[in-house]
Amino acid sequence: MMMEAPAREPVNFAGLLKDAAFAAAIAFGLFSLMLGLKTDQTLNNQMVLVPRPGLLAAVVGLVFVGRFLIGYWQAVNAGKITKRKAPATPLALKIEKYGTAAFVGFLFVYPMMVLGTAGPSGAIKWIDNLGIQILIYIMLGWGLNIVVGLAGLLDLGYVAFYAVGAYSYALLATSEPVREFMAGVVGPTFWPLWAFWICLPVAGILAAFWGVLLGFPVLRLRGDYLAIVTLAFGEIIRLVLINWVEFSGGYAGISSIPRPSFFGVPFNATESGFAATFGLEFTPIYRTIFLFYVILILALITAVVSTRLRRLPVGRAWEALREDEIACRSLGINTVNTKLTAFAIGAMFGGFAGAFFAARQGFISPESFVFLESAQILAIVVLGGMGSLLGVVIASILLVGGVELLRELDFLKAYFGDNFDPAQYRMLIFGACMVLMMLWKPRGLISVREPSVFLKEKKAVSSDLVKEGHG
Amino acid sequence: MDDPPVPACSPRAPAPAERRILMRALSDPILKVQNLTMRFGGLVAVNDLTFTAGRGDITALIGPNGAGKTTVFNCITGFYKPTTGRMALRHGTIDIDAYVERLTDTPNDHLKSADGSLYLLERMPDFQVSARAKVARTFQNIRLFSGMTVLENLMVAQHNPLMVASNWTIGGLLGFAGFRKREKAAIESAKYWLEKTKLIDRADDPAGELPYGDQRRLEIARAMCTEPVLLCLDEPAAGLNPRESLELNALLRSIRDDHGTSLLLIEHDMSVVMEISDHVVVLDYGTKISDGTPDQVKSDPRVIAAYLGAEDEAEVEKIEAEVGL
Repeated sequence: MMMEAPAREPVNFAGLLKDAAFAAAIAFGLFSLMLGLKTDQTLNNQMVLVPRPGLLAAVVGLVFVGRFLIGYWQAVNAGKITKRKAPATPLALKIEKYGTAAFVGFLFVYPMMVLGTAGPSGAIKWIDNLGIQILIYIMLGWGLNIVVGLAGLLDLGYVAFYAVGAYSYALLATSEPVREFMAGVVGPTFWPLWAFWICLPVAGILAAFWGVLLGFPVLRLRGDYLAIVTLAFGEIIRLVLINWVEFSGGYAGISSIPRPSFFGVPFNATESGFAATFGLEFTPIYRTIFLFYVILILALITAVVSTRLRRLPVGRAWEALREDEIACRSLGINTVNTKLTAFAIGAMFGGFAGAFFAARQGFISPESFVFLESAQILAIVVLGGMGSLLGVVIASILLVGGVELLRELDFLKAYFGDNFDPAQYRMLIFGACMVLMMLWKPRGLISVREPSVFLKEKKAVSSDLVKEGHG
Repeated sequence: MDDPPVPACSPRAPAPAERRILMRALSDPILKVQNLTMRFGGLVAVNDLTFTAGRGDITALIGPNGAGKTTVFNCITGFYKPTTGRMALRHGTIDIDAYVERLTDTPNDHLKSADGSLYLLERMPDFQVSARAKVARTFQNIRLFSGMTVLENLMVAQHNPLMVASNWTIGGLLGFAGFRKREKAAIESAKYWLEKTKLIDRADDPAGELPYGDQRRLEIARAMCTEPVLLCLDEPAAGLNPRESLELNALLRSIRDDHGTSLLLIEHDMSVVMEISDHVVVLDYGTKISDGTPDQVKSDPRVIAAYLGAEDEAEVEKIEAEVGL
């Protein structure tokens, strides 16, 4: 619009030098070990470190001069550009674009990498405690993100759907009548082997059904009131599971839940087992690796579906609902159905994750579905930035992986004495992190919203404009 | 840079001869409001209001602050359930008077005949008034989806046809071609309205970042994307500068003339009301005090008294001159 005269600003040399020095410092940090030291062998096969200060200085100097020249060139040219530069795509969207593919690729090779470095016995801890655990929370976070992040409905009882999924699978898979029926129809070995694959969709559907059931009474509630009712719903489900002993086994829970098979091939040491079938030596790691891939695929399905839903009319209606419910109604959107679909789809993914959880543990009890779990999943969504899939991943790694890593800090015992257990400080650290987050980035780590449709260019929407939803 | 050219419409009021003296409300009604009463506890916000809006007319609802204008709007668009009264809206040329009693006796909210359909708005929930009866509205305090882009706002407005095209999400999720085609058509229709409201350059900006006047126009564009037969505007000129006000007049005229959408508007800006309305209904304390063409209303002593609260004729004329009546 404005045809500004090309104003020639003086080149800011001090700024350029500072910039170049900063780049040189990074280069020094990066290359001091990579180029500055060289490992070499002496004649009697001893390894020695050969310092190469000259090379290091040359590279760092080159970076300094190069950065300075690039900056100078940009500064000189900046005055000539009369056209207003379009605002650059924010870093977060760029990371989301390129980082995602790299991260998914990394996840697919992660079990192999761990297996290669830690060996079969050491790898279980890294794949199961860290990998699978984080992926379960990522999937739960993405499921809750539909309800809280997109539709703006604050749900404090999400763990209820996780429990519904887990108990659906556990009860169906260990049910004697179902096993007998299946034995009569397709043969005695069928049910234990295929139970997981048949019950997984059933668990999702049942959880979605309970999502709708919760949705109906809370449709008229907003904000704090909605949060309290959903919290109560989560507690009701847990208390029913504790007290209805004939149905769920009460505190004792349900044990010997069948583990998932490799599409009909069990993971055991028998001749028809996975290892024997594929001519491998039997170790329990194969099952863990397989479970890792199952939850990875489930999580990716969640991500793909929620990304696509956002670009569909239903997803836009969710976000519009978060922004302004009255305006939605004035545009002919049935807000009742829209809220119920958000509850149902969010709950369905919680149910899938629950069924997987039961199959992975082999044992479930109401202890696993306490309010703290709901709080943890909600914290992941809020910390990540409401509505952002990448944010949920980062937050899950920090919150779940961080706690797991605390257990690895045994060396601290050398400083603080043998009674020191870093894992006991996890809630303290967790709380401190949340306080810092709220001060530093109150709208979450990824606090930009990506538009679902664009005409010319995709501009990120600052979260200052995005409403948090009133329930 | 130059100001954008003022659209091809005279900024001055047209001569009385050019104005359609006969309101279409009498010959071709689109909405008949009969005996509408709305009580909030002991307060009677609207009292036994009866008026007719004509198809292809711009009908203005005016009155002093607190006269109950917005309450009437909320009743028509289903946000309030009126205490008593009937609001009949027709699509097509169905004879309202011949059918409305028959429809009222049934429990249904609409009736179809060969000539069109008749809707009883007081029986419909708010979202169906927009989705089925095709009555769109804007709000006095702008209600945009501020965290969504301008284009997204217009896409949300086309939710219902897009929902059908996406087979209630399933077809869309699987990426069926039918949905993608319909979505392209929806973007085209959004583009049309963005060009019409001069917002096309800001299509990818968040709605919350637009200046106030643009937000007002965007809200009108969003309402028009629902393809309404009746568009209800709650103070569309509030907070606009004189130039924006003139552009708004042209936009509203074009909506009436090029799209056959009838308009019902609440407005305080008399330059807008007298300039573009075909028919004016005046409310005071919830009761209708005058109904007619702008010229008739302007010279109605009850209107002058209600607006200016003055008895003395000379004083009234002086104030009239000041406010440009």
